[in-house]
Amino acid sequence: MCRDCGCSLGPTAHRAPLAAHHPAPGGRVESIEVITRILDENDRVAAHNRQHFDEHRVLAINLMSSPGSGKTSLLESTIKALAGEMKVAVIEGDLATENDADRIRSCGVPAVQITTGNACHLDAQMVHDALHDLPLAGLDILFVENVGNLVCPASFDLGVHRNVTLLSVPEGDDKPEKYPVMFRGADLALITKTDLLAYIEEFKPERARASLRQVGYAGQVIELTKRGGEGFTAWLEWLRSEAAALRSHAATGG
Amino acid sequence: MHELAVCQALIEQVERVARDHEARRVISVVVAVGPLSGVEPKLLEHAYPLAAAGTVAEFASLTVEVEPVRVRCRTCQAETDALPNRVICGACGDWQVDVTSGEQMLLKRVEIETADVPVH
Repeated sequence: MCRDCGCSLGPTAHRAPLAAHHPAPGGRVESIEVITRILDENDRVAAHNRQHFDEHRVLAINLMSSPGSGKTSLLESTIKALAGEMKVAVIEGDLATENDADRIRSCGVPAVQITTGNACHLDAQMVHDALHDLPLAGLDILFVENVGNLVCPASFDLGVHRNVTLLSVPEGDDKPEKYPVMFRGADLALITKTDLLAYIEEFKPERARASLRQVGYAGQVIELTKRGGEGFTAWLEWLRSEAAALRSHAATGG
Repeated sequence: MHELAVCQALIEQVERVARDHEARRVISVVVAVGPLSGVEPKLLEHAYPLAAAGTVAEFASLTVEVEPVRVRCRTCQAETDALPNRVICGACGDWQVDVTSGEQMLLKRVEIETADVPVH
């Protein structure tokens, strides 16, 4: 019971002036049951984005990770490896600078930079606005590189088809347990910078895999370095099969 | 700190409810969040007054009900409590589980004050 005014609204009610709990003269108090998702407006815009991607048969992929885990480097290598095979474009999210979009453009593909100011994540509306500057016609894959952050981006659906989360070797193999919401929501987990395993012996890939399982991540785990090799090939294969699945889904009207 | 963005979305919904019911003001707002939603209840409470300032919900209280993480095991079918970073079956330890609670980020209830309808 609230000791200041005697009502039973609980401790959070203290912020409100005492009179706020009781109806003014001529007023009536009503309790309205609502039960809606708080982010339903974001979800509505996300669904709209997804519809755009589906109509153009563009596979949309959201890349999420800590800052510095190799998202942009992986994109550069991926774009080069898929050159002549698939048409790729990138939406880059950062607090400031056009640096990442410039890096992508120098690989010869279109890139739109979203600078969020101080916002720690991309939301569906930001991606929607960026699409106005990025024609989807003729594209095969659109990558959205989210703001480097293992917390906030996890709560916002962007309307993409797949969420990919990166964990780089220097970050440590227990990252999934520390940031469970981000990792459990992924459709694909990539362990990046595996060329550093020789120098960072504390990182055990099998421990990272166990950590992912523990937070409820049930998907595929690919260990790779942007320099190529088996893991990088597996990543390209995953992209090809996802893009093919989207095309056949669209072709059958599913 | 994405809780401010979440609170702004919350206030927009509360304003809509208030408008639909011709409320003079909002008295209280009740939300339910699970630990797997990625929203921190304490930060939500801190951000709420900033988002509510100048709106019909400016002086409304916010109650955050924290829902538990619950899982149903695909192997042994048990439904048990789990931790946000140990989303595994509490009975047999299997990781192949479906989350039945803990991902919510819901607006549940809005208490409003409306003009009293005169009784004839």
